[in-house]
Amino acid sequence: MANVLTVKDLRVHFHDAAPDRFAVDGLNLTVAEGEIIGLVGESGSGKTVTAMSISGLLPREKAQVSGSITLDGHEIFACSDQEILTILGDELGVVFQEPMTSMDPVMRIGPQIEECLRNHRRLSKAQRRQLALEAMAQVELPEPERIYRKYPHELSGGMLQRVMIAAAIVSRPKLLLADEPTTALDVSVQAEILTLLKKLNRESGMAIMLISHDLHVVRKLCSRVAVMQRGKLVEDRPMEDIFRNPRHPYTQQLIAAIPGRDRHLF
Amino acid sequence: MKYFIKKFCTLIITLFIVSLLAFLAFQVIPGDPTTALLGTEATAEARQALRQELGLDQPVLVRYFDWLWNFLHGDMGTSYNYRMPVADMLSDKLPITAILTLMSFAFTVVLSIPLGIWAGSTKSRALDLGVTVLDQIVMSVPQFFLGMLACYVFGNIFRLFVPGNFVSYTVSWGACLGYMVLPALSIAIPRIAMTVKMLRSSIQTQLQQDYVRTSRSRGSGRSKILRRHVLKNALIPVITFLAVSAAEIMTGSIIVEQVFTIPGVSRLLLASISNRDFPVVQAIVVVVAAWIVIVNFVADLLYQLVDTRIRLR
Amino acid sequence: MKKRANVFLWAGGIISGLMLCIIILGYFWTPYDPTAMDPKAKFCAPCLSHLLGTDNFGRDIFSRVVDGAGTSFFIALCVVAIGCLAGILIGSLCGYYGGLPDLILTRVCDSITAFPAFLLALVIVTVAGPGTENIILALGILFIPSFARIVRSEFARCRELNYIKSARLMGAGGARIMFRHILPNTFPVLLSAVTIGFNNAVLSEASMSFLGIGIQPPYASLGSMLSDSQSFLHSAPWYALGTGGAIVLLILGFSLLSEGLQLKGQR
Repeated sequence: MANVLTVKDLRVHFHDAAPDRFAVDGLNLTVAEGEIIGLVGESGSGKTVTAMSISGLLPREKAQVSGSITLDGHEIFACSDQEILTILGDELGVVFQEPMTSMDPVMRIGPQIEECLRNHRRLSKAQRRQLALEAMAQVELPEPERIYRKYPHELSGGMLQRVMIAAAIVSRPKLLLADEPTTALDVSVQAEILTLLKKLNRESGMAIMLISHDLHVVRKLCSRVAVMQRGKLVEDRPMEDIFRNPRHPYTQQLIAAIPGRDRHLF
Repeated sequence: MKYFIKKFCTLIITLFIVSLLAFLAFQVIPGDPTTALLGTEATAEARQALRQELGLDQPVLVRYFDWLWNFLHGDMGTSYNYRMPVADMLSDKLPITAILTLMSFAFTVVLSIPLGIWAGSTKSRALDLGVTVLDQIVMSVPQFFLGMLACYVFGNIFRLFVPGNFVSYTVSWGACLGYMVLPALSIAIPRIAMTVKMLRSSIQTQLQQDYVRTSRSRGSGRSKILRRHVLKNALIPVITFLAVSAAEIMTGSIIVEQVFTIPGVSRLLLASISNRDFPVVQAIVVVVAAWIVIVNFVADLLYQLVDTRIRLR
Repeated sequence: MKKRANVFLWAGGIISGLMLCIIILGYFWTPYDPTAMDPKAKFCAPCLSHLLGTDNFGRDIFSRVVDGAGTSFFIALCVVAIGCLAGILIGSLCGYYGGLPDLILTRVCDSITAFPAFLLALVIVTVAGPGTENIILALGILFIPSFARIVRSEFARCRELNYIKSARLMGAGGARIMFRHILPNTFPVLLSAVTIGFNNAVLSEASMSFLGIGIQPPYASLGSMLSDSQSFLHSAPWYALGTGGAIVLLILGFSLLSEGLQLKGQR
C-alpha cells in the first residue's frame, strides 16, 4: 500500500533551546493509506512538535528544521507558505485538543465547518452547506440543520469535538491528524469520539494519526503504535505486538502506567 | 428581540434616573435663586411673587414631574438671567455642538479602526515601537492645547483659515463643515491614539488564540484569518471603548469650541455657570447625559450583534 | 516586554522626577516673582534672562509656569488623595463584606463612571461655585468610584483565597485581615491607578481652569494661563507653547510611568 505520509530524519531545534537539545531528533515514520497509527509519549517527548511540523504550523522564525516530510507527494519543507496552505485542510485535516478554544467564539458552527471548502473548492453556498451537513451527519451530530446555526458556546465539549472532526473531514483529506483529541473530554465522551474516529476510518479509508500521552486511548483505536521519548522514536510496531512484548524499557513503563486490571486483558 | 426590549427598558429607566438626579442636583443649592435675580435688598413680597412665577413654592416631586413633562414637550424652562425660554436659547447653539461632536466621532471611528487594524496586523518591531511612543505622546496632549496648536500652525503660520471666522450651517453647510475639520480633529486625535492602541493590542491578543491555529490548519492564510475571524473578535472590546469615547468627545467639543470660538453651547454654558443660571445648565446637562445614555444603549445593541455570547448572560 | 517596561519606567521617571524637582523648587524660589510686572519687558521672546519669554504684563513666563504647575500639581495631588483614600475605604468594605450595600454602591459607581468626570464636575461647580477648594472637592468625589472599583474587585478576589480564610480561622478580626493581609495585595494595581488618576486630575483641572470655571484669579494654574495666552497666540506664541508644553510634560511623565507599571504587571 502507498504511504500517505513519510517522515525522514526529521530534526527540529528551537532557537531558544540548548544547542544539543533537539525537540525532534532524527525521526523516521511512515503512515500507510487507511492506517490508524498512534504516536505516544509523555509531554516534551516531541510528539506535538512532530504534529506541528507535519501540519506546517511550526513557527518558522522560532525553529530550525531539517530532514523531509512528504505528505501525499508534497514535500512540506520545500513548499512556500502559500503552497502549504493549499495542502492544509485539503489533504490534511487536523483536530486539536481543546475544542472550546479551537473554535471562533463569534462565528456560527456551519461556516466554521465550511472553512476548508471555502479555501479549497469552488462551490456555491448551497453546495457547501450540503457538504457540511453531510459531514455533520457523518460525525453523528443530532439535528445537523439546527446545530449548523448554533454558536460554539451553545454546545457541549463532546459535541464541539464532533464539530471539529466534521470540519476536518469535510474536504475528505487523506490523513487526519488528531492531537490529543479526547484529553479535554469526559471519559464517557472520550470513548464515543474514539469509536467515531474508528468508524470514519472504516467508512472512508482515511488514514488517522492519533497523538496521545495515553497508551490506553491509543490501544482502543490504533493498529500501530510509535513511541517517542526525548525527541527520538524508541519503538514503532503493530499494536498487539507492543503490548505483548514491549522491548524498550520506556514502553514497558508506559504500559505499566495504564491503571489496573486492563493490562491483563492482553 | 427580548434582549432589545430589556435593554430598551433599562434605557428608559436610566434616562429617568439621570433626569431626576440632574433635577435634584440643582435643588440642593445653598442660597435662594431669587437673591441672585433680585439682589439682596429685594422685599419679601417681591421675592414671594418671583418664587410663584418660577414655581419654586411647589413640593420638589411635583416640580420634578412638571419639569419633566414640560421638558418632553420641548419646554426646558426659563432662564433666570435672560427671562427667555431655555429651548429658544439652545435651539441655534445645540445643533452646532452636535455637528462638531458627530464629526469628531466620525473621524475617530473612520480613522482609528483602519489604523488600528493596520498597526495590529503588521509585524514589525520598528512599527511596534513607533506606534507605542507616538501614542504616549499624543495621548498626553490635552485637546484644547492641540486645538491651540492647530490654530497657530494652520491659522497664523499657513493662514489656511481665520480663527474665529465661523460660518453657521444656516449660511453655508460647506463652509461650516470646513471650519469644523480642525476642531473636530483636535478632539478626535487623542481618542484616535487611544483607540488604535487598544485595537492593536486586542488584535494581537486574538492572534494568539487557539482558533487562529485551527483556521490555519484549514488552509487559511494570514489575511483570511484576520478578515474572517480575528477582526470581529478584536472589535468587541473596542465597541465599548468607542461608546465611552462618544461621551468624552461631547465634553471635548464643549472645551474646544472655546479655542476655535465656535458659537455652540459652550459659551452659554460657561456664562450660565458663572451667573448661576440653573435652568440653562440643567437643560444642557440633561441633553448631554441623554446623549451619553443613548450612545451606550446603541453600543449595547451593537455588542450583542457581534457577540452572541452575551445573550445568555 | 520586561525590557520595554523598564524603558517606560525610566523615561517616565526622569521626566516626572525633573518636573517634580522644578515644582518643589518653585514653592520656595523662582527666577522672578511670578506676579511682578515689568512694563519695559512686555512680550519678550525667550532669551537667557527670560527662559520662556514674558507675557503681556512683562511677567516672566517661566516663573509663572513653575508657579502654575505647582498649583496644578497640588490640586491633582489632593484630588487623587481624596479619591484614593475614600475609594480604598469604600472598596474594601464593599469587597470584603459584600451583600446588598455592595450591590448598590457598585451600581452607583458604575453609573458615575459612565459619565465624563468633567461633566459631573461642571454640575458640582455650578452648584457650589468655582474656586480651588470646590474644584478639589468636586474632582475628588468623582475620582472615588474608579478607585473603589479596583479595590473592591481585588478584595472580592482575595476574600476567597486560602490564606485569608486561614487567617480568619485563626481568629484575626475583619479590620486586621482587610488592612494587614489584603490591602498590601492591591498596591501594585492601585499604584498604576494612582498614576492614571493623577493624569486625569491634571487634565480635568486644566480643562476647567481653561474654561474659566476652575482656579479663579489672582491664582493661576496651567489651565487658566493657557486660556490667557490664547489672546496672544499671534503676537507671543511662546506663552502658549511654554504653558502647554508644561502640561504635556507633566502628563507624559506620569502616563509613561503608568504604562511601564502596567507592562510590568502583565509579566
